[in-house]
Amino acid sequence: MPSRQLDIPFRKHVLGNGLQVVIHQDHDCPIVAVNVWYHVGSKNEVPGRTGFAHLFEHLMFEGSAHHDSGYFEPIQQAGGTLNGSTNTDRTNYWEIVPSNALDLALWMESDRMGHLLPALTDQKFVNQRDVVLNERRQNYENRPYGMASLAVIDALFPADHPYHWSTIGSPDDLRAATANDVRAFFQRYYHPANASIAIAGDVDGDEALAQVEAHFGDIPAGEPPGPVPHAPFHAQPSRQVIEDRVELPRLYLGWLTPAMHADGDAELDLLADMLAGDKASRLYRALVYEQRVATEVAASQNSRELGSFFQVIATAVPGVSLGTLETAIRAEIARVRDEAFDADERARAMAMTESAFVSRLQSVGGFGGKSDQLNNYNVFLGNPGYFSQDLERYRRADGDAIRAAACAWLDDCWSATLSVVPSGAHQLAAPDSKPVVIT
Amino acid sequence: MSPVDRSRLPVPGPEPAFAFPSADKCRLDNGLRLWTLRRDQLPLVSVVLLLPSGAAFDPDGMPGLAALTADMLDEGSGDRSAIQMQEALARLGADLDTEAGPDAVVLSMTLLDRFLDDGLRLLADMVCRPRLADADVSRVRELRMNRLRQIKDAPGANAEAVFSRALYGAHPYGHLPIGTSASLERLVRSDVARFHASMYQPARAAMILVGAVDTERAAKAVSEAFGSWQPVTGPDIVEPHPPDAARCASPARVLLVDRPGAAQTELRIGHVAVPRRTADFHALVLMNAVLGGHFMSRINLNLRERRGFTYGARSAYDFRRQAGPFSVQTSVQTGATGEAIREVLAEMQAIRGERPAKDDELALSTSTLTKGYPRSFETTGQVARGLAQLALYELPDDTFASFSPRVRALDREAVTDVAVRHLDPDRSVVVAVGDRARIEDDLRRLGLGDPTLTTAHL
Repeated sequence: MPSRQLDIPFRKHVLGNGLQVVIHQDHDCPIVAVNVWYHVGSKNEVPGRTGFAHLFEHLMFEGSAHHDSGYFEPIQQAGGTLNGSTNTDRTNYWEIVPSNALDLALWMESDRMGHLLPALTDQKFVNQRDVVLNERRQNYENRPYGMASLAVIDALFPADHPYHWSTIGSPDDLRAATANDVRAFFQRYYHPANASIAIAGDVDGDEALAQVEAHFGDIPAGEPPGPVPHAPFHAQPSRQVIEDRVELPRLYLGWLTPAMHADGDAELDLLADMLAGDKASRLYRALVYEQRVATEVAASQNSRELGSFFQVIATAVPGVSLGTLETAIRAEIARVRDEAFDADERARAMAMTESAFVSRLQSVGGFGGKSDQLNNYNVFLGNPGYFSQDLERYRRADGDAIRAAACAWLDDCWSATLSVVPSGAHQLAAPDSKPVVIT
Repeated sequence: MSPVDRSRLPVPGPEPAFAFPSADKCRLDNGLRLWTLRRDQLPLVSVVLLLPSGAAFDPDGMPGLAALTADMLDEGSGDRSAIQMQEALARLGADLDTEAGPDAVVLSMTLLDRFLDDGLRLLADMVCRPRLADADVSRVRELRMNRLRQIKDAPGANAEAVFSRALYGAHPYGHLPIGTSASLERLVRSDVARFHASMYQPARAAMILVGAVDTERAAKAVSEAFGSWQPVTGPDIVEPHPPDAARCASPARVLLVDRPGAAQTELRIGHVAVPRRTADFHALVLMNAVLGGHFMSRINLNLRERRGFTYGARSAYDFRRQAGPFSVQTSVQTGATGEAIREVLAEMQAIRGERPAKDDELALSTSTLTKGYPRSFETTGQVARGLAQLALYELPDDTFASFSPRVRALDREAVTDVAVRHLDPDRSVVVAVGDRARIEDDLRRLGLGDPTLTTAHL
């Protein structure tokens, strides 16, 4: 059976103004993905203006100097789709268009990179701030367990660390933001020297590069903003409880872990699968299948640029306290540290990982598609071609390496423990938890 | 190279050609349909098994049985325990997805091609020979009951449950596929075994393989794995009766679920509409696109972009085998509840004639639906799930290829006509899940009668 090599072949160029350009050809479907990353996220914000990077992302869809109306209309008119997202480390924007509309997508991306501010009005700003406040209500405040993720990072990272606050930001900060903040933010972070564009799909490489040059080449370079300062800190253990409108209590355990792509990152990612990736995983088997104390369990290595965190989340069945869950989870993690893995267990996790890597090669665009992966590798590692090395990282992570990472990072002493309990049910929280209020 | 002309947007050149997927079809001796489509780009095969035995077939008084049965499939077979079965799946790198909807249960997984034979054998064990052990049934049933306890706090699930019940009453579309605690509590192993034995029949199912496999190899592998799946003789399976026409015709009303202190009000607004096989399908898809089907639709532009009431608002016809619901779904800030409902109902009314779809709206929605259509066939999983829809609704082979031409052939009259016939603000049910103390007066002022206070039967 003929099959492609498992990588994403590409060519990379840097324009005179510093814009990085990565192009990948895939002619299977007559579509092309345009994906632009700005190396700015909520980590670049300052206390008092949290949530700003994401609010700014919304404004990027509201029009630019030469197309001063919404960005959805022309792209949809061409049969395309578009979206964007903000996390702690980067902001991305993408279009997937029929291959005859590459020009259009490049025109629009370049217009907002080079000429956003003349189109910015107070009215747009206020409207999108209201939309974001509603996004926060819908996805955090009015959602069961919605505030827990904010509480976990609040506990794990000290107040002056760029990961202490959430990407959605605080309502007070969002209300305090002004259109002038938008201008300053744009000038500092939105320019070619802080951006990378990836194009993947049914294009000719030379033509696509020429088109990028034509659209983006005359945008002034701007100053690279440089890395975000963050002082080293000692993790502080914490035990907290919040009340929420929920029926079943849920426990969150968090540990600070190595940054994205650093030693230990892939090992902990695989460990997360082995702990809770499927119904045969250790925590699912112990807590849900055998002891029947939890209704569900999840584990993840949340890989980030300045430093990651590992998280285990479990929801208790009615009548079981989170103290019971905590004991059971810590016993399983101790077993990871103390006993060798069975080879089949590691092999299963690797089979799932390999399958996921190959599946990632199926889409050219959108979140997680090939264009997004190329930018991810390019922005964080300076190497768009890291796909096969990335897979290799996981292949190298054998049982001993996974155990070593667990011993090094998943210590009982300095984890953050958060209980989310139904209103008034503090007796269900893990022992010695201090009540906190997250707004 | 000279910089680009920024005085106007570039106009795309001629549309690229696209060949829509068309599957090789055959039937095994036991009646199982096998549809295969070869795509060799990556060493992957997407496997989809369609079992048209969804929640619509829940027997009277047993909401949740179809979904519970589907959930039991990967809990062991023969002398293989639930855990052993999960280990076997993981060894193949198979992330099995079981989706139990109103009409069908869809099992799907994407595998590296070298694992295809093993994957099919496992799937056959699950579907044809599930273990259905007593202890496993009670454990899984308990997990589903706990899931129901949890979604009691999710505004969306509450709104969905109340909306479905208001529209369909005792018709099986009137409950969520997961069922209710009251019903799940009573379900036992023999219910599951009986449902499985009568409903999981090879002649009703369809197996779809898309990816790095040719028809011949697919037929051999599927025959080996599923050839021994024997039909069970018994009474013919009867499709659920159509929804109650009298209930569908009842006047608009407002249902309120109290959620004290809620930051937003979750809304569902709509009514029973039409089945997937309606002749009006394409016109309805286009009309809904203008009304609320995408970002640039009237309802989202009004509620989000103009007024900032919400993070997003959309409308949809849920096309099913029987008449599915039309609904507008959104979550709005509490203080805007009444105004948002009024705006939605006004938009529904307007597109029926006083403000019919304009040329630019029709052009935009037509382009969105048609020029973007090939994008829905990019991955093997997308293609396989698309083919499963054809099997489920018994649609002709040219369904994909004829979609764009049929949408393009529609004009304003056709769009207004289907809005008049299939969009009815005057008999819409409005469900609001929010802070009663702050929204009840608002709801009363809508002029749709006093809101009825209710709770979701979850």
